[in-house]
Amino acid sequence: MKMTAKEYGRRVRHAGPSSALGRDCLWAFCTGGSICLLGELLRRRFLAAGLEAELAGTLTSCSLILLSAVLTTLGWYQKLAARAGAGTLVPITGFANAVVSAAIEFKTEGRVSGTGAKMFLLAGPVIVYGTFAAVVYGVVLWAMQAAGLPLPS
Amino acid sequence: MEYLRAFCVGGALCVAGQLLIDLTALTPARILTACVVAGVVLSALGWYAPLVEFAGAGATVPLPGFGHLLAKGVRTALEEKGAAGILTGGLTAAAAGITASLVCGVVCSWVGKSHDQN
Repeated sequence: MKMTAKEYGRRVRHAGPSSALGRDCLWAFCTGGSICLLGELLRRRFLAAGLEAELAGTLTSCSLILLSAVLTTLGWYQKLAARAGAGTLVPITGFANAVVSAAIEFKTEGRVSGTGAKMFLLAGPVIVYGTFAAVVYGVVLWAMQAAGLPLPS
Repeated sequence: MEYLRAFCVGGALCVAGQLLIDLTALTPARILTACVVAGVVLSALGWYAPLVEFAGAGATVPLPGFGHLLAKGVRTALEEKGAAGILTGGLTAAAAGITASLVCGVVCSWVGKSHDQN
């Protein structure tokens, strides 16, 4: 069968996945949404058990972190992440996965300079710049307070 | 209904991250850092708290929620303890999540074996 380059290109586009971007986003949406849904289920459980809102939120995060750590140790979280992309990266479980997988991966380099140091490869910048931004915010609020300006609600 | 809201808002935040991965050359570390800083900024502008009110875990579980936690912690501590709260508030609020991750990291490194990343 003979076909022109243009026709060949059209057929290749047609046979391939319709849109890599669309598929990635759908995976990210469904996986990330599901992790948040699980979080909301846990949070409602804790609230129903009579815990106050702040503690319920803290326990929800810790439960998801623990779950992510177990799945990472088993190697399952990485398998899901290969498909789900940001769906597994952006939730707090992705943060825990980064810490735990680095802790396991680099233990061959030693307990201190391997596990201890490399745990922060991804967690470090997140904590550093998150804290820095929060302190800048605090200083701005403090300056506004000192100048007698009303604080934004 | 509140579960649907958590699913949709959480999913949408992850799609925003996915667009950054696919359309830019940013590394995961940069994207997560941007997420947390964005959370601090949105919280400072007073936009993130209504989202938490609306979507619950859909807004607190993704990493911008971590930034919101830091900003809220600083703000509360500043009101309660004065200027020293600027330094103590953020990490105090985030302590449980960070500590849980680090403890899990150490414990899992005892039992875990290195997996092929794919």
